Amino acid sequence: MLPSATLTRRGALLAGFGSVLLPASLSAQAPAQRPSELKIGITTFLSGPASVFGVPGRNAAEMLAEEINREGGIGGVPVRLFFVDEAPGVDHLVGEFRRLAQNERVDVMFASISSGSCLACTPLAEELRKVTLLWDCGTQRIFEERRYQYAFRTQANATPEILAPLLYLLKNRPDFRTLAVVNQDYAWGRDSWEIWKTGMDALKPGVRVVAELFPRFGATDFSAEITRLLALRPDVVLSTSWGGELDTFIRQAAERRLFERSTFVLPLAESSLERVGRTLPAGHIVGSRGDHWHQHPRPANPQALSRFVEGYRRRFNAYPIYPTYHMAQAFSALRAAYAKAIQANGGNWPSDAQLAAAFPNLEFDSPTARMRIREDGQGLEPQLIGTTVHNDRLPFAVLDNMVVFPPEMVTAPVGQNSVAWLKTLSADMVGRVPDPIRATG
Amino acid sequence: MGDWLEQNGPLLGLALLDGIASAALIFMVAVGLNLVFGVLRVLNVAHGSLFAIGAYAAASLGLFLASAGLPAWASLPALLLAALLVGVVLGPLIERVLLRRIYGEEPVLQLLVTFALFMILEDAQKLVWGVQPVSFSTPVSLLGTVDVPFGADVIPYNTYQVILLPAVAVATLVGLALFLRRTLTGRVILAVTTDREAATAMGIDARRVYLLTFTCGAVLAALGGALSAPTSSLVPGIGASTIVLSFAVVATAGLGQIEGAALTALLIGIGRSVAVTFMPELEVVVPYLIMVAVLLVRPQGLFGVAETRRV
Repeated sequence: MLPSATLTRRGALLAGFGSVLLPASLSAQAPAQRPSELKIGITTFLSGPASVFGVPGRNAAEMLAEEINREGGIGGVPVRLFFVDEAPGVDHLVGEFRRLAQNERVDVMFASISSGSCLACTPLAEELRKVTLLWDCGTQRIFEERRYQYAFRTQANATPEILAPLLYLLKNRPDFRTLAVVNQDYAWGRDSWEIWKTGMDALKPGVRVVAELFPRFGATDFSAEITRLLALRPDVVLSTSWGGELDTFIRQAAERRLFERSTFVLPLAESSLERVGRTLPAGHIVGSRGDHWHQHPRPANPQALSRFVEGYRRRFNAYPIYPTYHMAQAFSALRAAYAKAIQANGGNWPSDAQLAAAFPNLEFDSPTARMRIREDGQGLEPQLIGTTVHNDRLPFAVLDNMVVFPPEMVTAPVGQNSVAWLKTLSADMVGRVPDPIRATG
Repeated sequence: MGDWLEQNGPLLGLALLDGIASAALIFMVAVGLNLVFGVLRVLNVAHGSLFAIGAYAAASLGLFLASAGLPAWASLPALLLAALLVGVVLGPLIERVLLRRIYGEEPVLQLLVTFALFMILEDAQKLVWGVQPVSFSTPVSLLGTVDVPFGADVIPYNTYQVILLPAVAVATLVGLALFLRRTLTGRVILAVTTDREAATAMGIDARRVYLLTFTCGAVLAALGGALSAPTSSLVPGIGASTIVLSFAVVATAGLGQIEGAALTALLIGIGRSVAVTFMPELEVVVPYLIMVAVLLVRPQGLFGVAETRRV
């Protein structure tokens, strides 16, 4: 009688499970092989209104990947990019994320522009144990609500991006009494207003909010909103809008002389400056979702900034805007993490888990600053805010009186909820705002 | 009520002005969609694409003329020229190549086919014009502003928006009404709208009427886009947001009703601007609240007539 004839049912089950699980467990323990190429999946908007950010992000990724490959790749391995369009929605994105991770076997994912996309992808990164770098999305909730082992953000989040312009306003226009907000009617518009309002109530109680206007996402006409603002004459108009809607709002407001009546605070307008030209007048406050600005007054690495800006301009005939810098930060963090993980692994190629372990407290360079990823996975990125001026050299408004906020000052500490932290701020914080830097040239 | 009006009358006046300007553009787009549906009985989702292409074409033509050194006033006829070019080229092409094959098909299939066309044209726009916002505001700057008194203050308005756009919309409404009721071709179109089978039996060439009507609708969509180009930055997706609002207007007006489209556009435009002024949180839902309210009372729309269904 053959031994198999005496196999019990329990034995058969064990053998069956063993045959499935053993190779997997062995592969987890075995040292990872250096791949012939490093596959990176990138989710970004390639269509729809947010493609004004997504396509420059893709352009930057392609330019950077070519540069990396010319220099020999990451850890000696050339990179290959796989792009996924975020525009069809979260369900599609989640399916594509799985496909890239499981079928294409990408090594790393870069996700995403939309906060909704990031909120959907991050748990998936954890489930699939796939290192995922949140390269552009803003929601502060991700690392405040849960800890992740495989997801990390290589830039700031909404809290510093909104708190920094608020502090800049309080430092430079401390006497304002009334404010109106015109934000897009979706998650970012509402969340950024909550951050601003909470911070403002703590830092300067008593400011009267005379209008809260949330035109529909994708609106092409702000005439009624502008009429309302012209009639109300608020001291300050805040708008965290972006893309074509921000361009349209700026143009329509300028044509109707609203900029002469109120000081505008536009935390995302760095990305619109070149497009709106001189339509945006001098004297208004602009942010850049980070410290990226092609005329940064004190970049950490002037040569690197100049190379990036000129390389992008030559190739795409436009100045790089913030998503392109965010993409550069993701690539820089990835290179630094692989270098750290390879070193920690005795020069061998790291496994997914070893690569993930390299990100907490990782330091890496952006063209403008030395960056760090905290132990909770959140990136620490400085924030550059300035006031618009016009000069003879460029046909659009540029920034002057720039303040570069250190990230530790404007980011909620590890383990703290942003809104709860903002409520604890006091007016003396305004006194700690760094001195402004004048534009050179 | 009297006290409220006394207190808020000037604000209400401003809201009416904004509403009329907004209604003019809404009407220009919706009337073409309504006309096409009234005659062809096809709900054309790609109408939004014709709007977007009209807008991009007008901006491109205007920018080209400016770069060629032509005076700023040339930007105004350029808007009309761009709309005509887009409508006259794309309208017959779409009707002959695509729509003609699906007239007898189920409405669901017609919707799917025009939706597919919409998606194709969206991608075509990205290929031609890219994804970065395109702006062309010369006509608005050219016409300047008018100051509207507001108490001791004045509120500047764009002449282009509060005078030119409503004037073009009224001219379109009157011109269309005269064309449909006073010309032979117009009456033929109305005959086909009223009873396609009877009109065909009387010897009317329905295929020619369809071609003409769809081309008119395409020109109107492109004209709506061209007229909107100077006031807003053009981005991928503008066609989608336009078509949703146009559907609301068509459903509220009554399918195929031109005067109904004008009245509904006014209701929606004024409703939205009044909401922004007095209850901003309602702005986004106002068009659809108006649609629901009208359809609850008159399921056939404001100006629509109830039809008996053949079984």
